[in-house]
Amino acid sequence: MTDVAKALWIATQETLYMTVVSSLFVLLGGLPLGILLVVTDRGGIWEKPLLNQLLGSVVNVLRSIPFIILMVAIVPLTRLIVGTTIGTTAAIVPLVVAAVPFMGRVVEQSLREVDPGLVEAAISMGSSNWQIISKVLIPEALPSLIRGTALMMINLLGLSAMAGAIGGGGLGDLAVKYGYYRYRTDVMLGSLVILLVLVQLIQWAGDKLAATFTHNK
Amino acid sequence: MFRTVIELQHIYKTYRQEGRIVEALRDVSLQVAPGEIFGVLGQSGAGKSTLIRCVNLLERPDSGRVLVDGQDLLSLSPAALRRERQKMGMIFQHFNLFQSRTVAGNIAYPLEVAGWPSHKIKARVAELLDLVGLSDKASAYPAQLSGGQKQRVGIARALAPGPKILLSDEATSALDPDTTRSVLDLLKEINRQFNLTILLITHQMEVVKAICDSVAILEEGRVVEKGKVVDLIARPGSRLHELFYEPFQATAWTPTPGATLIAVSFVGEAAGKPIITSMARRFDINANVIEGAVERVGSTRVGRLMLELSGPSQAVESAMNYLREQGLTPEVLHRD
Repeated sequence: MTDVAKALWIATQETLYMTVVSSLFVLLGGLPLGILLVVTDRGGIWEKPLLNQLLGSVVNVLRSIPFIILMVAIVPLTRLIVGTTIGTTAAIVPLVVAAVPFMGRVVEQSLREVDPGLVEAAISMGSSNWQIISKVLIPEALPSLIRGTALMMINLLGLSAMAGAIGGGGLGDLAVKYGYYRYRTDVMLGSLVILLVLVQLIQWAGDKLAATFTHNK
Repeated sequence: MFRTVIELQHIYKTYRQEGRIVEALRDVSLQVAPGEIFGVLGQSGAGKSTLIRCVNLLERPDSGRVLVDGQDLLSLSPAALRRERQKMGMIFQHFNLFQSRTVAGNIAYPLEVAGWPSHKIKARVAELLDLVGLSDKASAYPAQLSGGQKQRVGIARALAPGPKILLSDEATSALDPDTTRSVLDLLKEINRQFNLTILLITHQMEVVKAICDSVAILEEGRVVEKGKVVDLIARPGSRLHELFYEPFQATAWTPTPGATLIAVSFVGEAAGKPIITSMARRFDINANVIEGAVERVGSTRVGRLMLELSGPSQAVESAMNYLREQGLTPEVLHRD
């Protein structure tokens, strides 16, 4: 393997590591957040207007901070969790913090698309709130949730390139260090092509998976 | 004492809509007897939807009492209310089937909610699929079904836990006339077979005529009339009578000089007896049928005729009295 190919291969692995691991944490945080945003809203199955406003405000604040500033601002948190602020693992913390509010909104939107008549039917059959969430809202919104997850992963892929540039590694780091500062056009192009392929792959897999869970057509 | 399965007492419900206050229900009281099909008839906006949603507390009334099987639902804890709801099935205008579940999965849903073991669920679902005639569609998804089939799944789902009460929210309004007919037949059948009490709301007179035993007419949030369907239809001047029959056009008829034009409504046994013929014979007058119809409401025949009676005025008067004695209510439309 040539040096360039080797460098690209390592960077690809780093990018995938950052994207996949942070995606898991984002799902873990974004799903409950989105559910809470829906059920605590006025007219929701667990109406809590104050909590709803609080969550909404936190989400909006976090989403309005540019990623590059957020990354620097939460350095103490990153150090607390990972023990260091450099490297791919350290990059995961700001990635998760940035993407959870985004995912929360994506989940919220998907769940709001579920026909309110179905929730009404579920209540009329004596369902508990948890049953409505787990047996109605999530299964009914599943195709949309899967597409939202693909969207979130593609976003993380882009953000990971930026996170990597601040000492994290990955394709973004490689493209900037070699492609930009050292005029290595081949490295630059290689990184871009791999990123493009990754984006296509995630989108394709998301669409495919969503289609297998779509039964309303 | 008259036993009731569902009793609403002095229900009031107001809500805000775009800043305006809408009085959806104003002092609504109803009693539904066990095993009957009770229809609430009203125009859209009359408060029917709110009314039926107050029975299983999908909407909570502002004041009044909701008694189901003698139990005051408004006093129940959330968990107890959920258990009561499992004893009441509900079907909807737009079916509200879960798109992500198969037909069998939809019917299984209320059983899963109620915590049935899975082998029992399987057997019960098969039984219900058979009841509604959709055994071959068990693994189809709702999107692959016709409107009538969807409502059958809705009915099967509502019946799955073996409820005592079925609430029907405009269940046939989105269906074509033939399908409406077959869904109504199915409702009537399960009403008889399981002695299931059905409370339905509708804007279609057809539905009341086809399957309801009792009816309440709702106008602007108030019950303006209630009673047995056949009694109300047979009573000239009642709202149901006026909704059921088109008004006779007495002026469109050129009366024979000296004749009296009357309308007679009759119900049940009277529809089967030759009252008109015997009246004409007994008082030696002519009775000419101008317009009219005899129809079946449930298992009872009801009808209304426009008759022209001609003969000596004394005889006509006696003939009318004779009709009254037979339990009919003749109304004079025109007297020459």
